[in-house]
Amino acid sequence: MSSELQPNLVALQTIVYREVKRFTRIWPQTLLPPAITMVLYFVIFGNLIGRQIGDMGGFTYMEYIVPGLIMMSVITNSYGNVVSSFFGSKFQRSIEELMVSPVSPHTILIGYTLGGVLRGLMVGVIVTLLSLFFTHLQVHHLGVTILVVVLTATIFSLLGFINAVFARNFDDISIIPTFVLTPLTYLGGVFYSITLLPPFWQTVSLANPVLHMVNAFRYGILGVSDIKISVAITFMIVATVVLYIGCARLLVSGRGMRT
Amino acid sequence: MSSALSIRQLTKTYGNGFQALSGIDLDVAEGDFFALLGPNGAGKSTTIGILSTLVNKTSGTVNIFGHDLDKSPAALKRSIGVVPQEFNFNQFEKTFDIVVTQAGYYGIPAKVAKERAEQYLTQLGLWDKRDVPSRSLSGGMKRRLMIARALVHEPRLLILDEPTAGVDIELRRSMWTFLTELNEKGITIILTTHYLEEAEQLCRNIGIIDHGTIVENTSMRNLLGQLHVETFLLDLKNNLSAPPQLLGYPSRLVDSHTLEVQVDKAMGITALFTQLAAQQIEVLSLRNKTNRLEELFVSLVEKNLAKVAV
Repeated sequence: MSSELQPNLVALQTIVYREVKRFTRIWPQTLLPPAITMVLYFVIFGNLIGRQIGDMGGFTYMEYIVPGLIMMSVITNSYGNVVSSFFGSKFQRSIEELMVSPVSPHTILIGYTLGGVLRGLMVGVIVTLLSLFFTHLQVHHLGVTILVVVLTATIFSLLGFINAVFARNFDDISIIPTFVLTPLTYLGGVFYSITLLPPFWQTVSLANPVLHMVNAFRYGILGVSDIKISVAITFMIVATVVLYIGCARLLVSGRGMRT
Repeated sequence: MSSALSIRQLTKTYGNGFQALSGIDLDVAEGDFFALLGPNGAGKSTTIGILSTLVNKTSGTVNIFGHDLDKSPAALKRSIGVVPQEFNFNQFEKTFDIVVTQAGYYGIPAKVAKERAEQYLTQLGLWDKRDVPSRSLSGGMKRRLMIARALVHEPRLLILDEPTAGVDIELRRSMWTFLTELNEKGITIILTTHYLEEAEQLCRNIGIIDHGTIVENTSMRNLLGQLHVETFLLDLKNNLSAPPQLLGYPSRLVDSHTLEVQVDKAMGITALFTQLAAQQIEVLSLRNKTNRLEELFVSLVEKNLAKVAV
């Protein structure tokens, strides 16, 4: 196994470099759109409408939604990077370059996941910097902030990978983001505190995993949350492990890649 | 000579129930230039797919340079390079990047990878195209790119699935020279092709696969030795209105200046010319009606078809 470690590290570096090169090469499609979208959110929801709404959770509405919007862009971009890159490789059959090589399935999975995480984080940093033009940000708990954002990006990169493995055409890679990811994100406490909801819908909202991620991140930035942070972080760690095992099994079986 | 490839009782049944391989045995010696021939759908690409691990076998064993496919797949993969039939690289990546990235997948450090990419792209006449997105290359260039990519980790066994399909004759001949030089350097080569002239010219040994079984596995010399009757076309100086009487040589006139003659090896060709000379028929040139290997290939496949039909 140790004799395979060094070549796999080189292979991992190759995959990650290729992934980063891909999304930075096509930055007008990958990095610019979330920046523009989030600026519009800041202007319209945070500034214009937010002034009418007043405080939320003890913060101005702009301050309240910034952590949620950062998470929203991290979720969308980490998921989108892996699903489009891996499905693109399948579609062009360039995935065969990896499959015929001695790279271990774990290296492939970690490589694609890191690609997704790095794009998610890069977009997250861009959105955070843009938000500084509209509000003042202070980080309440740096460790929680970093842990939550990295775990979230990892989880959605792995989910994107599963989507790409099962996808047979380009429709299949847009169905989940449109009909599952977007509703979960919008209903995941990005724009509001669930304390505003009736008790029944508060309970229903707790079943939304994105709610836990957004609130844990908001806790890291603002120090307020609608849910227990320990529960949210435990959930994210368990989800990461379970998803990783599932993805690794898919890769080993060669589903969607080997005949 | 040690074995490069050893296949035993290899079977493949696809999910739809189609049995592509029904227990084939195949051996290729180290240093060989081996042709794997067969009609469309015979099982060639499935066999190559299994060797390159893109197709999961149903049963049987595959061993390459002592590495078992099931027990040490990484070592096995490291020892082979595969040039597939279909283009399978990222169309948006640059030529140079495709080769360097592939080297990275094999654990080759970037500095060495770049040196080798330059070496193989130069040898294959693609160095000028190194910064060009691969989608803008011509069909022949794309095939050469796949060869460079397959060689960058310096495999001991190179498998080429119809590498010259759709390539013009000049380029095809330069690829033959390149592959021959590789083989002379010690790289074992397995080639599938529909150009039987290519197989006859390049390969020392041959396997013919049909309906998922190996119907012939022998040396090119032995196989061509099985050809008892060859058909020749003779270009005549004389203008003939009827075929000449040639004892022991069935013949017919294709046109007034072309005579088709079947020559049994036991009879030889000298006696034919003696008879023609006796009848004052002058021959300007002669050629095989079809490629010799093609005649054998067709007869073997037809025989097997009759067996399968029974």
